[in-house]
Amino acid sequence: MPDIAVLDPDTPPAVTPRPVQDSHGRVVLAGEGLVKRFGQTEALRGLDVEIARGEILAVMGPSGSGKSTLLHCLAAIIRPDAGRVMLDGARIDDLGEGDRTKLRRRRFGFVFQFGQLVPELPAIENVALPLLLDGVARTEAQARAAELFPQLGLDGLEQRRPGEMSGGQAQRVAVARALVTQPGVVFADEPTGSLDSLAGEQVMELLTDAARATDTAVVLVTHEPRIAAYADREVVVRDGRIATTSGR
Amino acid sequence: MSTAHALLGLLEPAPRHGYDLKRLFDRYFAPDRPLAFGQVYATLGRLERDGRVVVASVDQAEGPERKTYAITGAGERDLDDWLRDPIDPEPHLQATLFTKVTLAVLTGRPVTKLLDAQRHAHLARMRELTTLRRDAALPVALLADYALFHLEADLRWIELTAARADELGRVIPPLIADPATAEVRPTSVETSHA
Repeated sequence: MPDIAVLDPDTPPAVTPRPVQDSHGRVVLAGEGLVKRFGQTEALRGLDVEIARGEILAVMGPSGSGKSTLLHCLAAIIRPDAGRVMLDGARIDDLGEGDRTKLRRRRFGFVFQFGQLVPELPAIENVALPLLLDGVARTEAQARAAELFPQLGLDGLEQRRPGEMSGGQAQRVAVARALVTQPGVVFADEPTGSLDSLAGEQVMELLTDAARATDTAVVLVTHEPRIAAYADREVVVRDGRIATTSGR
Repeated sequence: MSTAHALLGLLEPAPRHGYDLKRLFDRYFAPDRPLAFGQVYATLGRLERDGRVVVASVDQAEGPERKTYAITGAGERDLDDWLRDPIDPEPHLQATLFTKVTLAVLTGRPVTKLLDAQRHAHLARMRELTTLRRDAALPVALLADYALFHLEADLRWIELTAARADELGRVIPPLIADPATAEVRPTSVETSHA
């Protein structure tokens, strides 16, 4: 029986601010001995990794090294074939599909490279979406979403649709959406991959400022050194394992 | 970096004390590695000897004497030439990191380990620069960007080389000790390595 407590640490989970005290240096998320195969290919081969609360960790490595598979396992998107994923000390990899969906919605935020905003919805509704999906009333969801706009330099863009914004603005809306549930961990997979240098830097500054202000951990998958330099620490994945890690 | 030309440029609009020059130099060109006073005065001394600056006045009101330096016509021409001539495109084909990688292969050491250590060192420096540029005024932020892009270029090379490390080992096989000279190899020195 999976540990359901991990899904509902707060009541209701989506509206109670996370406590940030007594958390310094504590491991929030860990992958232990992760193995994942796709047919004959072994994408992860007994990989171990730990992310401390509030830590920004860059995951680097050549194409096909297993870094995206690692992110998908840690984020409970896919289940590893062996090993465990622990969130705040509770196992999450063995949860059923429905529980993992809830967990991702409540405890995790996601920023991907492309196409993650709903084109028909104005920015404010895109940001409020994870709360609405989790049953938070519309007025409250939008009020909480609105709080993030100034923090991410998006003042006045609340009613714009994704097509009416620049790439950098749209990506900052995606960052706001990832943070709106006050998740413990944000997963960012090449979050600046579609942006020019200047817009990319701005997204990273705002993402890392917001994460640090709220003690949110960030797992940042990137092949760009300039983006990895925003992290506190980097690990390099090679052949499905952590090949090397920088000191904390 | 040509400290001499930077100082000439700072003197061109108006004569200045050595201390003023150091302050301006640090602000614009060396925000995280300030210039030593000794280097400022040594450089000004050379410029004076070469006729590119002169001591315009000496202020001895209180404490140690303070010289005010002024650029000369020759100094202005030199500055002008230096700014106009493009610098030699770098880097050349003798980079230290390249030498290290090649030597590692030739001596049978693991290249990947060396590249991993260098990657972390580069990223640690990039983190410092990223932090520096966040709160810096635009000129300093752009200087940090300049360094960041160069370090990033190194890292791209590191990744490419790491991906081709095995191939490199086949192309340049380790040097093998010549049996004729092997016996004269000093034995008192630790020669083993991981």
